[in-house]
Amino acid sequence: MAKMNMLQAINNALDLAMAKDDSVVCFGEDVGHFGGVFRATSKLQEKYGKARCFNTPLTEQGIAGFANGMAAQGMKPVAEIQFADYIFPAFDQIVNETAKFRYRSGNEFNVGGIVFRSPYGGGIAGGHYHSQSPEAYFAHTPGLKVVIPRDPYQAKGLLLASIASPDPVIFFEPKKLYRASTGEVPEDYYEIELGKAEVTQQGKDITVLAWGAQMEIVQKAVEMAEKDGISCEVIDLRSILPWDADTVAASVKKTGRLLINHEAPLTGGFAGEIAATIQQMCFLHLESPIERVCGMDTPYPLALEKEYVADHLKTYEAIKRSINF
Amino acid sequence: MTNPNNATITTVHTAEFTAGDALKIPTLRILRDDGSLYEGATAPELDKATALKMYDTMVFTRVLDERMLAAQRQGRISFYMQCLGEEAATVGSAAALDDKDMIMAQYREQGALRYRGFTLEQFMNQLFSNEKDLGKGRQMPVHYGSKDIYYMTISSPLGTQIPQASGYAYAQKLRGLANTTICYFGEGAASEGDFHAGLNMAAVHKAPVIFFCRNNGYAISTPANEQFVGDGIACRAVGYGMKALRVDGADILAVYHATKMAREHALKHNEPVLIESIAYRLGAHSSSDDPSGYRSKEEEEKWRQNDPIARYRLWLIEKGWLKDADDKATIEALRSEILDALKVAEKVAKPGIEHLISDVYAQPIPALQQQLVELKAHIRKYPDAYPVTAGRLD
Repeated sequence: MAKMNMLQAINNALDLAMAKDDSVVCFGEDVGHFGGVFRATSKLQEKYGKARCFNTPLTEQGIAGFANGMAAQGMKPVAEIQFADYIFPAFDQIVNETAKFRYRSGNEFNVGGIVFRSPYGGGIAGGHYHSQSPEAYFAHTPGLKVVIPRDPYQAKGLLLASIASPDPVIFFEPKKLYRASTGEVPEDYYEIELGKAEVTQQGKDITVLAWGAQMEIVQKAVEMAEKDGISCEVIDLRSILPWDADTVAASVKKTGRLLINHEAPLTGGFAGEIAATIQQMCFLHLESPIERVCGMDTPYPLALEKEYVADHLKTYEAIKRSINF
Repeated sequence: MTNPNNATITTVHTAEFTAGDALKIPTLRILRDDGSLYEGATAPELDKATALKMYDTMVFTRVLDERMLAAQRQGRISFYMQCLGEEAATVGSAAALDDKDMIMAQYREQGALRYRGFTLEQFMNQLFSNEKDLGKGRQMPVHYGSKDIYYMTISSPLGTQIPQASGYAYAQKLRGLANTTICYFGEGAASEGDFHAGLNMAAVHKAPVIFFCRNNGYAISTPANEQFVGDGIACRAVGYGMKALRVDGADILAVYHATKMAREHALKHNEPVLIESIAYRLGAHSSSDDPSGYRSKEEEEKWRQNDPIARYRLWLIEKGWLKDADDKATIEALRSEILDALKVAEKVAKPGIEHLISDVYAQPIPALQQQLVELKAHIRKYPDAYPVTAGRLD
């Protein structure tokens, strides 16, 4: 075990993956010698050479298209999109190409080797072009897997599983936690299974569900609620697509209540999908309406970020609202 | 002085525009309409077998196109796209490649596909979306693909194959393969952002890819002069720092020669090359299109004289490799062969219900498995409404 922050854990995962398999290649804007603007690919070019870790021109659609071609040839490209806010020029390549490659060819070809890594989310005074959480757009696309880790241990295990996965994965990294989140991480190779949620805290009165950077936020709210005598069960969804409805439903059947928290705006956010599925699976077990604590339906603000975000106080209030319904 | 890239740049001390027409790319022609060679031109080295295979492939696609367009009109298939007038461009280029060079086409390259060995049955199975279709009946007609013959499955969105070809070729280079990737697209698709992205990525990362632009004059109804201004597509390659060639796309000897040259350069120097082929799209864009709404019969007639097959045929006869009388019997035999294959393929069953969810992921995810269980139960309840699958659910 070693103490690592999330960036070190990600860097370590990439290092292990590249050492293990020659077909793993890392590229993106500033990813080469500089090691990425956040340094996630630090020292990889030195270690594995310019052919396997390199800068690309400033073209997200080019990065995604290039990754599709490499993966179709059988390699495992780990392509970085510098900020999730800038993934949209690549949307066509990801949604129409990456996601449908295997299906449309009848499995003659596939691009399952791909991982798109991209820092997402707010809390860094980044305004609306350095703070977005676009997971719901991709979760609406059959053929993709969407994964978001909450801490360094999770980041390493989930990223290694994503690289090993036979399906293309979009791996959104909570950049707010890149350096802020630290923890003990095994130095050896390990994978955390995709598509499985994790119950991080047992409880009996309400299920509180989140992912990524919001896990810390809901934890704070849960601690406040516990002082009021409310016992919360906390779940980290980890995989947005496919998502682990069974684990969430089992918890809600026990607690009778569900609160979903995400950073992205409320309308059309992934919480809506979860709420719809869980009310169907758990209708007779529900004691109160499913609560959604999410970003507001505005672009991500700058000066008024504190007011906008789905913070611990809004979450705490929603827990009480659910309990007192 | 040097620019920030440390490349030497020239300087001047009075301002003068460099105009858009400063760069004119010449067009290579080898074969005259009468089958003779242009003065100063040399025919590429071609053995008789290859030369005849090229000819047979062009004839095959022409007969196939004629037959399948008719089948579409009869309502037997939903959609079709011909390559009339452009046969030499795709057959001539494919013939210049190695069998393991990857082909990433747009959708009008059945000549290249056939040259690689896609069988008549495989064409038919795809066109009829039946259970023998390699693509499992998931894409509209003409979206062919086959791993065995290195022909990437066609994707409808235009230009997406361009940066993919750059990535594919880069991977070939990394793996140390002595193979290239050819990427076909039209002059309309060259307006897509993916064109710029793909060419620039290939040039910067030195990917051995051949970009083959079929400038056929029209993007559906939009003429090339409303698509771009200037000398064409070839000159753009120069802006990306790569080599360019332009050929008469109805001259199969010129296309073959240019593609050989491009392939050699791409592999020797690990550099992309762009070829612009000029050959008029004589047919409609697709079976859903009617060119009489946007171009004249006179214009079409003028280009019809530029027939790629007729010209090459005369050359083959001149060489003594083909007899004047050979054609009629061949074409008649092909027609009936195609009709027979069509009749077989249209009776083959559609893919089974399991292929509704297979290949979305390597293994169906739980939600999909559940959705299939629910669908099967629903079909069992209303079998008459789902005749394709109701009788063979398990």
